[in-house]
Amino acid sequence: MVKVCAMHNNPNKNADVESDPARWLQEYGDVLFGYALKRLHHTAQAEDAVQETLLAALKARASYAGRASEKTWLVGILKHKIIDLIRKQARETTVDDIHALSDLSTENSIDELFDERGHWIQPPQDWGNPEKMLHNQQFMEFFRRCLERLKPAHAQIFSLKELAGQTIEEICNELDVTATNCSVMLYRARMSLRRCLEIQLADENSGEL
Amino acid sequence: MLSCKEVCHFVSESLDQQLPWYTRLRVRLHLFICKACRRMVKQMALLQTAAWFYGATDEQTSTEENDTLSENARSRILKQLQQANSGSADHNA
Repeated sequence: MVKVCAMHNNPNKNADVESDPARWLQEYGDVLFGYALKRLHHTAQAEDAVQETLLAALKARASYAGRASEKTWLVGILKHKIIDLIRKQARETTVDDIHALSDLSTENSIDELFDERGHWIQPPQDWGNPEKMLHNQQFMEFFRRCLERLKPAHAQIFSLKELAGQTIEEICNELDVTATNCSVMLYRARMSLRRCLEIQLADENSGEL
Repeated sequence: MLSCKEVCHFVSESLDQQLPWYTRLRVRLHLFICKACRRMVKQMALLQTAAWFYGATDEQTSTEENDTLSENARSRILKQLQQANSGSADHNA
């Protein structure tokens, strides 16, 4: 630890310039990745976020005054990178989502649940006692798996709402999307999650898993 | 009468904010006669609770080994960093 500090007091030293980013990756790679994964629920995107963070840190290294710990500094950069990523995806997917919702002919897994009059084609199945489900490890494993399979923007908005506990206003402001877009994305996230869980549960009951 | 699809959308919305009373009434009327949608309501609520549970256990297990960078990702990022680092070094020189 002492060595780390010593290196920081000497930013112009050549060895430092070469070793710093590699050492960040070595020391904080997993911490940053874990932080990003928990918010993005998508391995490749979490990896990208770590890379973007370290590249940004490399550029900003000169301005890092050492006031915060290195880890805090890097996590701070990562937070901004994650918000940027979610924001970008929210913008990209929302147009499609709104379109899909109003266009019943679209081939979308959610719309396939309903006929042209909006009635269930595949009505929800009985999942049993909800209390029991929550204590069922298998169910929670299905939940995790289904969350990972959501479209990234849907997984992100769902986790901002339900995991991070943000209000819909906060999410809309942060992502800079309209309230309608937010609610459409959450609707899609929930319907996809519900459908995915239903398929997993049905597979389990039929003994395929 | 609301369709099942519309009811799904309103039920999702009701988890995020309060709906106008007339919408709530229309949703309730639909649920009164539609067993499939009553199930959907329970399941949507379960998703919300499952997310809390998931979040809570996630905190406890966040240091477990599944949240580690793969070797592939690690070497890919390292390569990018080295490129960027040498790029900026050239620039400085």
